Amino acid sequence: MTPRRWAGGAILAGPAIVALALVVLPLVGLLQGAPWDSIISELTESEALLALRLSLECSLGALAASVALGTPLAWVLARRRFPGRSLVRALVLLPMVLPPVVGGIALLSAFGRRGFAGGWLYELTGWRLPFTTGGAILAETFVAMPFFVVTAEAAFRSLDRRADEAAATLGASPAYRFRRVTLPAVAPALAAGSALAWARALGEFGATITFAGNFPGTTQTMPLAIYLNLQSGNSGVAIALSLVLLTVSLAVLVGLRDRWLGTT
Amino acid sequence: MRSHPFRCLLAVAAVFGLGASCGSSSPSSMAAGEPASSRGAAKGTLKVFAAASLTAAFHDAKTGLGSTDPNLTVTYSFAGSNALVTQVQQGAPADVFASADQRNMTTLVRAGVVEAPIVFARNRLQIAVGPGNPKGITGLADLAEPGVSVVLAAPGVPVGDYTREVAARLGISITPRSLETDVRSALTKVTTGEVDATVVYLTDVRAAGSKAVGVDIAEVQQPAIGYPIAIVKATRNRAAAEAFVRSATSGAVQRSLVAQGFLPP
Amino acid sequence: MTLTASIGLSLGGLHLDVDLDLGEEVVAVIGPNGAGKTTLLRTLAGLLPLDRGRVTIDGTVVEDPAAGTRLAPEARDVGVVFQEHRLFDNLTALENVAFGLRARGTHRGDARRRASEWLHRVGLPNIASQRPRQLSGGQAQRVALARTLATEPAVLLLDEPLAAVDASARSELRSLLRHELRRYPGSRLVITHDPIDAAALADRLLVLEDGIITHDGPLADVTARPRSTWVATMVGLNLLTGTADGATVTLPGGATIIGAAGPGRGTVFVAFRPNAVTLHRTPPDGSARNLWPAEVHEIATTGDRARIRCTGPVPLVAEVTAEAVAQLRLADGGHLWAAVKATELDIYPT
Repeated sequence: MTPRRWAGGAILAGPAIVALALVVLPLVGLLQGAPWDSIISELTESEALLALRLSLECSLGALAASVALGTPLAWVLARRRFPGRSLVRALVLLPMVLPPVVGGIALLSAFGRRGFAGGWLYELTGWRLPFTTGGAILAETFVAMPFFVVTAEAAFRSLDRRADEAAATLGASPAYRFRRVTLPAVAPALAAGSALAWARALGEFGATITFAGNFPGTTQTMPLAIYLNLQSGNSGVAIALSLVLLTVSLAVLVGLRDRWLGTT
Repeated sequence: MRSHPFRCLLAVAAVFGLGASCGSSSPSSMAAGEPASSRGAAKGTLKVFAAASLTAAFHDAKTGLGSTDPNLTVTYSFAGSNALVTQVQQGAPADVFASADQRNMTTLVRAGVVEAPIVFARNRLQIAVGPGNPKGITGLADLAEPGVSVVLAAPGVPVGDYTREVAARLGISITPRSLETDVRSALTKVTTGEVDATVVYLTDVRAAGSKAVGVDIAEVQQPAIGYPIAIVKATRNRAAAEAFVRSATSGAVQRSLVAQGFLPP
Repeated sequence: MTLTASIGLSLGGLHLDVDLDLGEEVVAVIGPNGAGKTTLLRTLAGLLPLDRGRVTIDGTVVEDPAAGTRLAPEARDVGVVFQEHRLFDNLTALENVAFGLRARGTHRGDARRRASEWLHRVGLPNIASQRPRQLSGGQAQRVALARTLATEPAVLLLDEPLAAVDASARSELRSLLRHELRRYPGSRLVITHDPIDAAALADRLLVLEDGIITHDGPLADVTARPRSTWVATMVGLNLLTGTADGATVTLPGGATIIGAAGPGRGTVFVAFRPNAVTLHRTPPDGSARNLWPAEVHEIATTGDRARIRCTGPVPLVAEVTAEAVAQLRLADGGHLWAAVKATELDIYPT
């Protein structure tokens, strides 16, 4: 090997190894610090189970809301021109870059008991969103929906209209075409977007604890349970729950690797 | 000449690493040689980890400390006592730890992280409600009413544990809407109108001024609330730490505490 | 089953202005790229709206901008076979062919049975369960044809159906198309740029150039007597325009061409085959009354023949033997003489 090629490789290798270590070492630390012998009992202890079940409920609820509301939004953003479209798109994507706790504060000012929307709701019906599971789902939807919308919009935008035209000339109505030509074509992308949105919802902390509060069984999702337990010194439960979240996140990434990481 | 950029990088990194680990030289070695005439005047920086309920009092104390120890810079970290315990155990660089209950301090004592604690203040619980007390709350029993929304501090946070202790003793079952991570965030839920009531320290209600109204809890119902303070063994500014603890028990800090409504030890 | 259309449309730089009647014959539309052939097809299919005009199918007005009528493609009884098959990737070949039937409400079993019959008919009995990506280009285009024919539309439009199929599969597919088009009981229009396809599939030829129809007539007519340079080039004829006076035609540049007989007066086309041109270094003796100076512009040799593009008062393409190229030292350029016998000229009015 010539000196120049060796030097070139070394210049790249050094920082690359550091970068890799930055990501891998904390994960290794987590695995190494886990209470492997008592992990099952930690997880099946009632508060942990409550948190697990609640996390599942809320994240799936947030996913359903993201898909139900996000699909039409993505369609309109992809296919219709209207004044201010880029601004709308930026607003929809804002929660992706907003610090979650800021999201929580924003949600409070809108939907809190004194919020401009929540206050009115409370006056009329006595219902409130903070401190309810619905509030937790709202917080998770707020942060997770943009992930779905951005993927779905890209998929709708890159739809091949030619197949749709062919279907029209064969006599298929717009609804039939959507069902049998468009949806199957975008289904893989929508699935990927859903997986991302779900993973994001599952891991949401800042907005949930700020807006929905923290109560076991109602709003204490896994990330909150981890944080509270860590604060109280119950690191066993905290790490055990962390491992569950880590496994789920890894599973999502592995499942999406072809689509998001480019190569198999 | 062959270049070895990778080795250069390693060397540079090593130098930086060594430099960082040396840290700043300990000011205590300087203070030890001070003449007697400046006895008590602490120097350098001091990191105090303190329970959230001490926020207003300790901040106020800075002026008092400034006049007696002008060369001392105190930085505070306020949070729920249990959170601070975890941080100190993980190696956070605290010099002094002030807790809102004995239980949290005992954890650190048992772990050999702090020296012998001293109780430096006492406090009382009080119910905090919004201005005007719209739900007309008169006592702890009202907090169990279905139409009243309440938050409490989470288990492990002293004020929450104190409240639960009292409620259990009185046979009152309070179902909070949320378990907050420290006393300040519980109070914020009331001052922003998100909930009707919470139980905090009397000193917190006072510090909130016009944003909150306090409803007293009878003296006989009050738990024994003692705030212990201790020097962290790994402190790098022992002289300043000792000075701070002295001030907290009998000096400028103590006076500030009393002014805020804390009871003397 | 007829289609009548009057189409006025501007799209980008193209201005389409066409009157069209599809009756009993198979019509082929040919023309250079950008002439508007695909645009024309898309407006008939309903994929592109008219600016002005009207389209009527079997007496029903399917589009009339002035009256505000416009039927969507799915509501018109128009079937299209596209250049790039456009099969649905997520469906099998059988499901693709059955698509149109199912979309119109046919029962699943019925639709599948008829689809299967169609697959047999286009010569693909064994690929029913395969997906489009498993098929070759030729096979995919056959499936596309079956898919469109299965819905039995009143009007059948084919947009360059053989262009994307590779050479080896093309002639077989051409035969299949010819067979099916002949039997089809509806209006049929094929767009193609290949004269061989046009000849094989159609009876009537429409030449579309720059949005306008420049020739509409039986195939033989168009190819024997081209009326535009593009067609002339396509069929390989020399074509010039000039003013006739008896048997003499005067070209715009002043040169004259003398034919065997004259149609009288007026502007005329003069057409002659390249192999009717003889080239000489020195003016020849003989009966050639048409003799013009020429200069070699380009030589294209194929095998033992060569086509020589010449400039001069009469620009033309001459076809000579490779031997002649060598003998005349045409590669060196220089001045030449080109001659054509009067009897070889076809002069007809514009």
